[in-house]
Amino acid sequence: MHDQAISWHAAWPAPRLSARRNPDRFIAITAWLGAIAVTTVFFWIVVDLIRLGGAQLTPAFITNAPTSAGRAGGIGSVLVSTALILGVCLAVSAPLGIATAILLAEFTREGNRYCTAIRRSLDTLAGVPSIVFGLFGYAFFCVYLRMGFSILSGGLTLACMVLPILTRTAEQGLRSVPDEYRYAAAAVGMTRTQTLRQLLLPAAMPGLVAGVVLGVGRALAETAALLYTSGYADRMPSSLADSGRSLSIHIYDLAMNVPGGEPNAYATALVLVGLLIAINATAVWLGERWTHRKLSTA
Amino acid sequence: MSRSRTDRWLLVGLRASGAVTGAVVLLVIAFLLIESWPASRHVGLSRWITDPSWYPTSSAADGRFNLVPMLWGTLAAAGIAVALATPLALLSAVFCRFYAPPTIARFYRRMIQLLAGIPSVVYGLWGLTALVPLIQHFRPPGTSLLAGAAVLTLMILPTIALLADAALANVPGDHLRAAAAAGLSRPGTIRGVVFPAARAGIFTGILLGTGRAIGETMAVLMVCGNIVQTPTSLFDPIRTLTANIALEMAYAMGDHRSALFVSGLALMAIVIALVAMADRIGRGYAYA
Repeated sequence: MHDQAISWHAAWPAPRLSARRNPDRFIAITAWLGAIAVTTVFFWIVVDLIRLGGAQLTPAFITNAPTSAGRAGGIGSVLVSTALILGVCLAVSAPLGIATAILLAEFTREGNRYCTAIRRSLDTLAGVPSIVFGLFGYAFFCVYLRMGFSILSGGLTLACMVLPILTRTAEQGLRSVPDEYRYAAAAVGMTRTQTLRQLLLPAAMPGLVAGVVLGVGRALAETAALLYTSGYADRMPSSLADSGRSLSIHIYDLAMNVPGGEPNAYATALVLVGLLIAINATAVWLGERWTHRKLSTA
Repeated sequence: MSRSRTDRWLLVGLRASGAVTGAVVLLVIAFLLIESWPASRHVGLSRWITDPSWYPTSSAADGRFNLVPMLWGTLAAAGIAVALATPLALLSAVFCRFYAPPTIARFYRRMIQLLAGIPSVVYGLWGLTALVPLIQHFRPPGTSLLAGAAVLTLMILPTIALLADAALANVPGDHLRAAAAAGLSRPGTIRGVVFPAARAGIFTGILLGTGRAIGETMAVLMVCGNIVQTPTSLFDPIRTLTANIALEMAYAMGDHRSALFVSGLALMAIVIALVAMADRIGRGYAYA
């Protein structure tokens, strides 16, 4: 990938011509202008988020319950609901996704019909729009399985949604472990279960963690799939059968249905974006540390 | 490989998990089909296109079920977004790989990744409070096709840019050195060598971006105004198919509810076709 590290500036010293007669100059200027335009919009969004949301963002905002439909008060109960929804989602999708990844990467040959079918169905699932997941979750979990608008329904709907990305990333993680590990394990007579537990899973940990984190990120950002599965209730949930709104739904509701809700919508958006960035960063770091420790003591 | 008893149980467990994972998509399709069955039977095939308007009722006989204006809304918003985002994204990728100094390229790529991670509801909030008032200033009411297309452009730009950037990075260095040795200029190399070699990855990015634009709900729901009409200008409020589902599921009953599942099924078919096409293209070429 870095093979192409030719110095472009040295390879092609720009001849001094006007931009109109020199295509290189013309593309250079257009590319810089395009990049500057995108950067400007990026900072416009970031500055708006901080300017309009930063003032409300106090420790009390994080812990207090929302009052007056969210206009005042904080997001305490919303954070708890969000965490519960994510918990349900991960409790189901992480074991399923990682087990499927192990099956696809370690226990089958290329071209196995069963695995091709699983892979194809995951590819299809990855393309389903989130509102369609919402329709499915409503029809299946809320109505057919009689879970109603609840944290359980929302979490399970999200679990279906994040399965493809979680499985695929975990599979890539396992595939990136060199085959020498497997040969060595087989040579010393380890069973496949032992090989998996003591060698492959620790070695593939960054990939597995990355898969789970990408799944969490996708679930945390999701709104449309939750509208008709976890519902709108903004009170503190007392069980998984209660309806509870996620941070994303809180933002939507404040922006669209609550006049004067915008300041708190922005503050909540700031929390959500901050969480997404923080989760991503810590997971990358954790994955790296974990591999070092496991491999050096194994 | 030794065949211990734990190994056998492990394999059984893994196969079972795989089966559950694979079955999810069948379950999704099955439930969409079951739920959309009443409306497909009562409304028939042609009325989705020929009915005079969209006034759905719980029994198909009294309602009007024309989905075409919302289909136009979806296609117009997504089409404009793809038309705007594609050149910008390609410029971004070319900028990163060939024109920007390394530190700036690294910063720029990081920024695009951050843009890709912003949730759609936050784009919607920002569009509603920053873009809509701006558009309203020139042409009321502000919530419009233009606002939706602009927000969608921002949302799919990172998808296309990151995939194009990765595709450009995968073009073998030998190609570039050969081009330099043959005396090709930088733009000549980009147009004649890099883009042809990376076209599979670029097309994949564009198709996935299109799929994302068509399937997006929250952002368009928040900035488009949600009036059911075929757009005739950029400043008309529109309602997309996705927004329609999100708006009407709250109270829809009977055939009306079932009609929403029909539109969901149609959306899913469109987006899956796009993703499948992207997959096919990505697999066929070397440097995707």
